[in-house]
Amino acid sequence: MESAVGRSRPEELAERALEVRRDVIRMTYTAGSGHPGGSLSVTDLVTALLFAEMRIDPAQPNWPDRDRLVLSKGHAAPALYSAMALRGFLPRDELLTLRRIGSRLQGHVDRNKLPGIEASTGCLGQGVGMAVGMALDGRLAGRSGRVYTILGDGECQAGLTWEALMAGGHYGLDNLVVILDRNRFETDGATEDIMGIEPIVDKFRAFRYETLDIDGHDFGAILGAFAHARATKGRPTAIVARTVKGKGVSFMENQFAYHGKPPTKPEAERALAELGTHL
Amino acid sequence: MAAARTESLRDAYGQTLVEIGQNDPNVVVLDADLSGSTRTALFGKQFPNRFFNVGVMEPTMMTVAAGLALGGRTVYASTFAIFAAGQAYNAVRQSICYNHANVKIVATHGGLLVGGDGGTHQMLEDLGLMRGLPGMSVIAPADAPSTRAATRAVAEFDGPAYIRLTRENLPTVTDGTFVLGRAAELRSGNDLTIVAAGAVVARALEVAEELHKVGVEARVLDFASIKPFDEKALLRAARDTGAILTMEEHTVLTGLGALVAATTAESYPVPVRRLGVPDVFGESGEPWALLDRFGLSKERALEEAWELLRLRGKVQ
Repeated sequence: MESAVGRSRPEELAERALEVRRDVIRMTYTAGSGHPGGSLSVTDLVTALLFAEMRIDPAQPNWPDRDRLVLSKGHAAPALYSAMALRGFLPRDELLTLRRIGSRLQGHVDRNKLPGIEASTGCLGQGVGMAVGMALDGRLAGRSGRVYTILGDGECQAGLTWEALMAGGHYGLDNLVVILDRNRFETDGATEDIMGIEPIVDKFRAFRYETLDIDGHDFGAILGAFAHARATKGRPTAIVARTVKGKGVSFMENQFAYHGKPPTKPEAERALAELGTHL
Repeated sequence: MAAARTESLRDAYGQTLVEIGQNDPNVVVLDADLSGSTRTALFGKQFPNRFFNVGVMEPTMMTVAAGLALGGRTVYASTFAIFAAGQAYNAVRQSICYNHANVKIVATHGGLLVGGDGGTHQMLEDLGLMRGLPGMSVIAPADAPSTRAATRAVAEFDGPAYIRLTRENLPTVTDGTFVLGRAAELRSGNDLTIVAAGAVVARALEVAEELHKVGVEARVLDFASIKPFDEKALLRAARDTGAILTMEEHTVLTGLGALVAATTAESYPVPVRRLGVPDVFGESGEPWALLDRFGLSKERALEEAWELLRLRGKVQ
């Protein structure tokens, strides 16, 4: 089952991603808290997944054969909510309820609140394990659906992440794709200054992953990596997506200060102007 | 009281898992390199495709279990209590409970009766940690027959559960039934109530027998179902007997005794005495001698019982 928007071309994806980036600024500004930096870095990856790669149906979020996405870096929720809204999982005017009392849009994604969210995450390091469990279940059941999980790079400092990656490699889960949003920054600064995770490509390879190293803002490269993953048999795929934290907003790019800090009103206005719109 | 036949709770669990697996192809089982001790190996031998021994990665066992459950499986995940509730706590909290994943954690080697391995491995906080988690059912069976019943019972509902088992063989003290949310009255009486769970239920019955010899009739309630908690049975006992002694192989800070004290204080205050491990870690030793050393001897329980009876003016 694929809906009409299921196979967008790179130019169309870029338009969608621009909408997502605008939403991320509006949402985090309105909420007065949240994580714009890592939402903007992951935007192109999420957009490519929801609009080009994944077989999903907003009318049937629990369709058994769907592909599944576990957003292990659950703090990038604004980007996912926006892409889901554009894809038809929720009304777009709901986006500005982010982090409000009673909202389905929790600060970190919550499957029990919002249909279409596959797994509640937030405390880092747990997403890969849940994705491994889902991939094992899919293989046992003989389902065709694939499982994608998006990891943050700070999360690669967590032992739990590597336990779960080890399990995915051990079980040879070729229905599993691990995507690393390698934006190089975590809350307190650069990953390599705080606790270096390099050589990250070698690490994934050593853990028995078909490993691809791509530009995480190049839709051609992203879609090519997904196709490569589909063609890979007998082991999972890891995609190290080189991204820019705060991508698309000049004063947020590569600034770890915007990891967990929303824009002020003047900042939001400036960011939206750069993104070709306004508050 | 004649010595009852003792039986392994772990064997009862492992054998019941195999039965469940035969009847329900949707059930999968995980372990973390302790499948011989937890007895999940019995299931693994019978159903190798539905058994995953993930090695020494207990938190990831819980996240993988959650992923399997979110796909629609009924999942049992086993390791020792120290690892299941301690090492893996936040994975249990977020991946299983916050997600409301259908995972049944069956933790063996709870409490002091681990014995020789010592304080590092004697998990005395698990019931408190687990009952604090929204949506989690918490069960501590007193014997092998009720372990079988509880292992089956948790498969009957969609949601997380934690069953705490004991390493040592235990005498059969229940009628082999288990109903989630219901306390079992193992002995009737109106002079005093002894509330217990897990391995010390047998000791509670011994205490009641001693009291009976001198004309005091103690009601003994087996609270294997710690959560959901049978508040009605507890408050009925408070009204009928006016005094409650609790016994648990767990820290008194956060366990069954704390729950009983809080519940009665709020709804029907009566004197409560909590017998359990005080605010200390355990240590190596012969398993049953450790119970005596850490405040759960029959003699100590009798002293507390008499103190409660004196407080209620039932004896001089």
